[in-house]
Amino acid sequence: MAWYIVRRLAVSVVVLLGISAVVFFLLHLVSDSPGRVVLGQRASPEAVAAFDHEHGFDRPVVVQYVSYLGQLLQGDLGRSYKLNQDVSTLLQQNAARSAMLSLAGLVLALVIAVPLGILQAVKRNSVVDRVATGAAYVLYATPAFLLGLVLIAVFSQQLDLLPAEASQSHSPWVVFTDPRSMALPVVTIAVTSIAIFSQYQRSSALDQLGQDYIRVARAKGLPERLVLTRHLLRNACLPLITLVGTMIPLLLAGNLIVESLFNYSGLGLLFLNSLHREDYPVLLAYTLIGGVLTVVGNFIADIAVALADRRIELAS
Amino acid sequence: MTAVDPASGARDTVPQPAPAPVGLGAVVRRMRHHPLGLAGGGLLLLVVAFCYLGPVVWRTNQTDVNLLEAALPPGPAHPLGTDTNGFDVLGRLMEGGQVSLQIGLLAALFATTFGTVYGAVAGLAGGVVDGFMMRMVDVLLSVPFLFFVLILSARFDANAWTLALVIGAFSWLISARLVRGEVLTLRVREYVLAARVMGASRRRIIFTHLIPNALGVIVVNVTFQVADAVLVVAALGFLGFGLSYPTTDWGSQLASGVTYISADYWWLIYPVGGLIVLTVLALNLLADALRDAVGRKAD
Repeated sequence: MAWYIVRRLAVSVVVLLGISAVVFFLLHLVSDSPGRVVLGQRASPEAVAAFDHEHGFDRPVVVQYVSYLGQLLQGDLGRSYKLNQDVSTLLQQNAARSAMLSLAGLVLALVIAVPLGILQAVKRNSVVDRVATGAAYVLYATPAFLLGLVLIAVFSQQLDLLPAEASQSHSPWVVFTDPRSMALPVVTIAVTSIAIFSQYQRSSALDQLGQDYIRVARAKGLPERLVLTRHLLRNACLPLITLVGTMIPLLLAGNLIVESLFNYSGLGLLFLNSLHREDYPVLLAYTLIGGVLTVVGNFIADIAVALADRRIELAS
Repeated sequence: MTAVDPASGARDTVPQPAPAPVGLGAVVRRMRHHPLGLAGGGLLLLVVAFCYLGPVVWRTNQTDVNLLEAALPPGPAHPLGTDTNGFDVLGRLMEGGQVSLQIGLLAALFATTFGTVYGAVAGLAGGVVDGFMMRMVDVLLSVPFLFFVLILSARFDANAWTLALVIGAFSWLISARLVRGEVLTLRVREYVLAARVMGASRRRIIFTHLIPNALGVIVVNVTFQVADAVLVVAALGFLGFGLSYPTTDWGSQLASGVTYISADYWWLIYPVGGLIVLTVLALNLLADALRDAVGRKAD
């Protein structure tokens, strides 16, 4: 196990280095003169050149990349061109709020999708199963922004039940302190995941239901409820662990859309605003963090699956 | 545990013959018995007919802004009302649909062509080259794809071609993985070994033996990718980084619906939203059915 973790860590580090290089060079390609962005369109070429020289942006791109990596290792993500703040401060201000939004959506999705998938598997080809599968197909084809829009139109405009805008408080705990204003954003994030998770859970539970241990549990007279909770649930959830790990880029992209739609200030909205402001250090840092989260998520998912299922051969 | 499943047991020891390649005829025959796939194909045909034949039947002025007729609710002259520029929404949907479908198809073709060649080369090469090429894929897959596309389309003026290129440039990764996996199983088949013994070049092996035999997986993947690309185009349009006026697509149309959501212009939201869902649903159903018909798991 230890050897597996070490090897898996080494691969993750290589992938992380690759991500930082790809993102850095791509952004350099898009904007090679920060001086122009910082000083504005009317600045004289001399002033732009002087700015670029002073901050080292006229050095070869590889040199810039290496010095950026050096800064990264010291926890320095650079400084925003437009907001006159450290990028790390900006990210810290918004990260908790985004994380709480994603987490709330993810938890809601799992709480609904896991039992639903198992129910569908147990009652396969029944009306319930067919309706749920059909709904999953339609919801999977529904982009988050459309879903959020329809939710706003119905629950906020027509029925006047819930506010159309997310809470503007700066606390990361708004999901709990102001649940009414967060209901629509959280549901929007959850619904797409429910469609994916429940279908996975259904097919995974179907696989497990045909296994011998389920037959044995039933044959020895265990109540069906215990067969499902004690035996099936544990084993049928394994594929979901991996899925949640690989869903992180999707969750981040979902945050982007949902935060923009509901005007919830988090990392997604910061990214979009920085895009409008051509604030590349922020874009670079956020894209990097997205990559890091994905790699870490996959890493944790692999380890969690290995821990949960001892049969997985780690040596191979 | 001593219980033996009667289905497994002794039969497992008999070597299974490799699945025979599925011909086009067999795929068509199997598709005919797949009601959901047929429904998906039918829906898709309807959407395509609506976008491309619709304007022939339903002629509307989509060039001159007419503010006197702006934001009219559905009525006899405009079955789906007009938008805030006074364009007939029904006609606008057809025009935007053409653009969305074109970008979707182009992006999927770009992505699949590149991904197929990349995956085939990696799979055939094996060893260090394969390892390096696939780690590259891992790296790119780790970065949320929407970020890249947003950054590039914000920086460069987006038209249908560049948008398709940008989306394609970051969505070839899955096809590369799939085709590589397929090539890994194909390259040890007798006919590939025979071609090698006869001294066929790598290029010849890739293009005349490996890719044609991985075609099933590839076609299934293209269908899924068109669906994904339609969604990405819509998301870009929605976030305001899509095509610039006067070109329109479904995402941009939905974005203008958002602006006026408090004015309760429902006809700017539901028709276009429904079309997006319908198109993506049709493509996904069709792709699922094709996957079953081709007889191999594509993911």
